[in-house]
Amino acid sequence: MEFLPNLIFAILLFTGIGFFARNISKLKRNIDLGKDVDTSDQTKIRWKNMARIALGQSKMVRRPIAGILHIVVYVGFVVINIEVLEIIIDGLFGTHRIFSGIGSLYGVLIGTFEILAALVFVAVIIFWFRRNVVKIQRFMKSEMKGWPKLDGNLILYFEIVLMGLFIIMNATDVEFQSTNSGNIISQFFAPMFEGYNVHLIERVAWWMHIVGILVFLNYLYYSKHLHILLAFPNTYYGSVKPKGYFNNLEAVTNEVKLMMDPNIDPFATTEEDASVPDKFGASDVQDLNWVQLLNAYTCTECGRCTSECPANQTGKKLSPRKIMMDTRDRLVEVGNNIDTNKGVFVPDGKQLLGDYITNEELWACTSCNACVEACPISIDPLSIILEMRRYLVMEQSAAPMELNTMMSNIENNGAPWPYNQMDRLNWKND
Amino acid sequence: MSDVLKVPTMAEFMATGKQPEVLFWVGCAGSFDDRARKITKAFVRLLNKAKVDFAVLGTEESCTGDPAKRSGNEFLFQMQAVTNIEVLNAYEVKKIVTACPHCFNTLKNEYPSLGGDYAVMHHTQFLKSLLEEGRLSIEGGKFKGKRITFHDPCYLGRANDVYEAPRDLIQKLDAELVEMKNCRKKGLCCGAGGAQMFKDAEKGDKEINIERTEQAMEVTPEIIATGCPFCNTMMTDGVKNKAEGKIEVMDVAELIANANDL
Ligand code: SF4
Ligand code: SF4
Repeated sequence: MEFLPNLIFAILLFTGIGFFARNISKLKRNIDLGKDVDTSDQTKIRWKNMARIALGQSKMVRRPIAGILHIVVYVGFVVINIEVLEIIIDGLFGTHRIFSGIGSLYGVLIGTFEILAALVFVAVIIFWFRRNVVKIQRFMKSEMKGWPKLDGNLILYFEIVLMGLFIIMNATDVEFQSTNSGNIISQFFAPMFEGYNVHLIERVAWWMHIVGILVFLNYLYYSKHLHILLAFPNTYYGSVKPKGYFNNLEAVTNEVKLMMDPNIDPFATTEEDASVPDKFGASDVQDLNWVQLLNAYTCTECGRCTSECPANQTGKKLSPRKIMMDTRDRLVEVGNNIDTNKGVFVPDGKQLLGDYITNEELWACTSCNACVEACPISIDPLSIILEMRRYLVMEQSAAPMELNTMMSNIENNGAPWPYNQMDRLNWKND
Repeated sequence: MSDVLKVPTMAEFMATGKQPEVLFWVGCAGSFDDRARKITKAFVRLLNKAKVDFAVLGTEESCTGDPAKRSGNEFLFQMQAVTNIEVLNAYEVKKIVTACPHCFNTLKNEYPSLGGDYAVMHHTQFLKSLLEEGRLSIEGGKFKGKRITFHDPCYLGRANDVYEAPRDLIQKLDAELVEMKNCRKKGLCCGAGGAQMFKDAEKGDKEINIERTEQAMEVTPEIIATGCPFCNTMMTDGVKNKAEGKIEVMDVAELIANANDL
């Protein structure tokens, strides 16, 4: 029976990691539902972007309060995870604080963890107040009701509990306390447990801590907190072109070139027809490219985009954050559909356009790129909006009437207004 | 004001067997919109004064296709683009300057992969280079000490990271450049982009240009400067609504032309 705890630990660990791996492969499968897009260019700039924006959190500090608090939690999260490594080794091999063998450095290490844990604790409490008491506007928009709101708070409770357990675990470790090294914070809590069965409390805290971490790991898949992993690939694959650039559809280019080429008989049926896609633009998630789908999974629902959006600021229905959340929700729905139908998608009579995102939202966008600029992790809601407009116009001819007028003017006179092209130089003689 | 503008066309240059230094892409607004035509002319006066060898396409110019593309009509956009590129390439155009950030963005970013590769400049960048090369100077202190705020056009600023050229020019006027709380990367849109110029706004509780005009009014400028014919229209409308007679809306090119009594 001596090895029972080790065995239980191993089972817990591998189940936790196993489920996580399964979720990740599902995630990857869903993202791969998107169209292919070439991201092999400018690798140097891409690495730089990832280092600067994800690792360096460079865009977070544009809002200094939230930015600095977030950096505290982020650094705390990364650094304290070194402790998890020790817990895993201890758990698997029945050792106790295996790293303490490194001597006085161990005290420095744990001391750092304890300080960070305390800082994270404070930061998370402030975050909770911002969401629930101060009610910062961007957390109060209509798309933030229900699960998104709960999700935002749950993670804060998670952090509070995990950090608390870490300190309790240290405070009740008599041996560790007796070294009086590294117990910078926990020493103040140790007296609270005097007279109790500290050994038992220590064990309970230790087990709950690691179980909590495994639960957290598996919670990610269902949460906006996926960004702690996906922010890295997302900033790497994010656009490296000027923000004003919007891709030229290749299928259209082929068609246009064909039409303009006087040497080609327009009535002859050509092989070329095969390259015409079955659909222009996007009406559902499978019509988007995989980077856009990765974007959707990465979105932190922070609302920086929406709070900078001119349409949203002036009371229009459009919210770029909602565009991303809708895309993710629909993608999850499609993924579940595939799971329940043995690997094939069975049409469910629903799509992203209409069932999630309305025409009204799409037409309210000024393509100003404020959302793209504001996003701390290189998400591009605008590209999805424009891709869906393409579907509305090229597949459904469903543009607002005034835009149809504008377009037929361009077609007929080469200007969005009904003026004759031959009058283009008249200003010269005004 | 003597208004003998020299506006040679590419076709005329071609006839003499010469190449101009730069092609001035006038754009639809610059050609047809009453207010924007004034900007076009102010810019041409400056080009004339600096003796820049430029040409326009004139009746051979056609919409870049930007409003069609942003509306979702990729087909119409590419038809326009390919037609324009044929004309531009036939004239062997290498360098283009335009006073419209939408044309600027489209020509610079979206034409290359369709076969149209040009060095494209916004007119504020071009004017700045003329000043730096000593080909143009700013005379007269007409705007000395005036409070001027610059409204960043989205397609110049965020879309293409041009923030300083227009500001440098305003500062050369000895004016007092005041910044709105939302400026540069955080500049608020005027409400015209993405083909909104050509339609009514969706239901909401405010017009975007009014919001932006109010932001400008917070810094009590005498002049709102812009670098885009569409922003100009939107801000002019906003001012008409909110600060009629108190604030003027002017293009940076107009400021400089005015300072030079052109
Ligand atoms: S690009 Fe569209 S969605 Fe994004 S901030 Fe501007 S108006 Fe809003
Ligand atoms: S798209 Fe970016 S800015 Fe908008 S909510 Fe998501 S993470 Fe935040």
